[in-house]
Amino acid sequence: MQLKKKRQGPRNIRHQLAAATCGLLAGSSHASSLIASGDNWKIDSALLIYAEKDRVSLAEGVLSISKEIDDDEFINARIVTDVLTGSSPNGAVPSSTAQTFTNPSGNSTYTEAANSTPLNHTFKDLRNALNVEWDTPLSRSLRGTLGGNISREYDYLSTGISASLAQDINQRHTTLTVGLSVNKDTWDPVGGVPVGFAVMPTYPAKKALDGANADKTVKEILLGVTQIINRQTLMQINYSRGQGSGYLTDPYKILSVLENDGSGNLRSTNPYIYENRPDQRTYQSLYWKGVHQFPNENVLNLSYRYFWDDWGIQSHTVDLRYRFDFDGGHYLQPHLRYYQQGSADFYRQTLTDSEETTLSYASADYRLGEFVTQTIGLKYGFAFKNGAEINFRAEMITQKGKDRRADAVGLLQNQQLFPDNEAYLLQGGLSLDSDMLIKYIMRFFK
Amino acid sequence: MIKTLLFSTFISLVLSACSLEPVQPWDRDLLAQQKMQLVADPLEIYLDEHTYFSKEASSGGQGVGGGGCGCN
Repeated sequence: MQLKKKRQGPRNIRHQLAAATCGLLAGSSHASSLIASGDNWKIDSALLIYAEKDRVSLAEGVLSISKEIDDDEFINARIVTDVLTGSSPNGAVPSSTAQTFTNPSGNSTYTEAANSTPLNHTFKDLRNALNVEWDTPLSRSLRGTLGGNISREYDYLSTGISASLAQDINQRHTTLTVGLSVNKDTWDPVGGVPVGFAVMPTYPAKKALDGANADKTVKEILLGVTQIINRQTLMQINYSRGQGSGYLTDPYKILSVLENDGSGNLRSTNPYIYENRPDQRTYQSLYWKGVHQFPNENVLNLSYRYFWDDWGIQSHTVDLRYRFDFDGGHYLQPHLRYYQQGSADFYRQTLTDSEETTLSYASADYRLGEFVTQTIGLKYGFAFKNGAEINFRAEMITQKGKDRRADAVGLLQNQQLFPDNEAYLLQGGLSLDSDMLIKYIMRFFK
Repeated sequence: MIKTLLFSTFISLVLSACSLEPVQPWDRDLLAQQKMQLVADPLEIYLDEHTYFSKEASSGGQGVGGGGCGCN
């Protein structure tokens, strides 16, 4: 959206041109939308409500403020708070009888009804996050961006830094981008870090611990090319490579262990064990995006990502947004997303008795399984004459997975092992600048 | 590897199908519009990435940085 600019004249023309070229930076940069100048701050805000059917609900507020601090030099701060509550699959499979699990704290139990996906009902979380970016020209054709981020949950801390360079070449028709980031995260799970494959003890016994907290490091590099194709079209291709090392396991996920007789019954003693994942992961992706404006001013935004890693996961993601512009500043934007994922090599929905002594790794986390996510949504936006914008969107997300046949033995053939999911998303957004905000506040108190 | 080659071929075809036309600075009015940016609504994309990061094993591709979370 276009915000009212305080200054008029050549500098604004330069901003428009800069936006056209600087907007070619890789997606992490927000430079393209930063047009606040002078004493004015640009303010973007959004509130998201996300609710899964019978599972997790989340409310997330985001506030982003941006300012031009010098000629073509910008700072941006994004503040995020989210509140999560509800249930999440714990990794165990449904059973024809009720199942009782020990809470992560080890201080109580919860029971899942027969023939239901076992869910951990104790999830409550408050997350606060801050991301700061400084985007500056380093020469007439080179821009640099430095960023830092910190995110805090009651059981997780994430801190990171990132840097990227964007070089315009070919008379600013092409932008070459290189980006680097390093993240240092720490798990501080409720009840401590369980030993991989350790038994989930029956309350009041305590689980075997591998310490109170655990660290992981994630490093990423991105190489990108953005190309102006013609007056209405631009495209971007990125190659990313990331490496995670350290504690990559989910400390709250468990696996069901069955008897060896093919009955599908849980083994009689210690039927649940904690999952165990490799402590290294290298992942890569190729990402393509095209943006095209049609003669009727509608805009197509289409992207495709191919992702693969050394855990055996491969995925394809297609994302399509098509914006219809109407008279008077109104627009509608349908959104379709299709995501298809293959499972990790060590993904198992169940284990059989003693198998944990021969396997190196296993996880029943559905997010490592084979599934398809489909999203359909619609966004409505309205741009005021002064440049402010409000928007709303509603989306439905469905996730359907495949049961791993080798794990669905005996009685389990009558159960749905993959926990299909359905979620709804509602979002409202408001963008304006600080001048407008002050005027609105003054008007309100008059 | 085969899929990588297929993807590369697809990208090459897409690029070759689009004849590159020089666009002078004074003709970049459309490209300068906010709706024509690669990330037209950064908050919407941020919220989407956070949502799917929590529900899928793949993430990233558009940029670097942004931070992690222990999301469920």
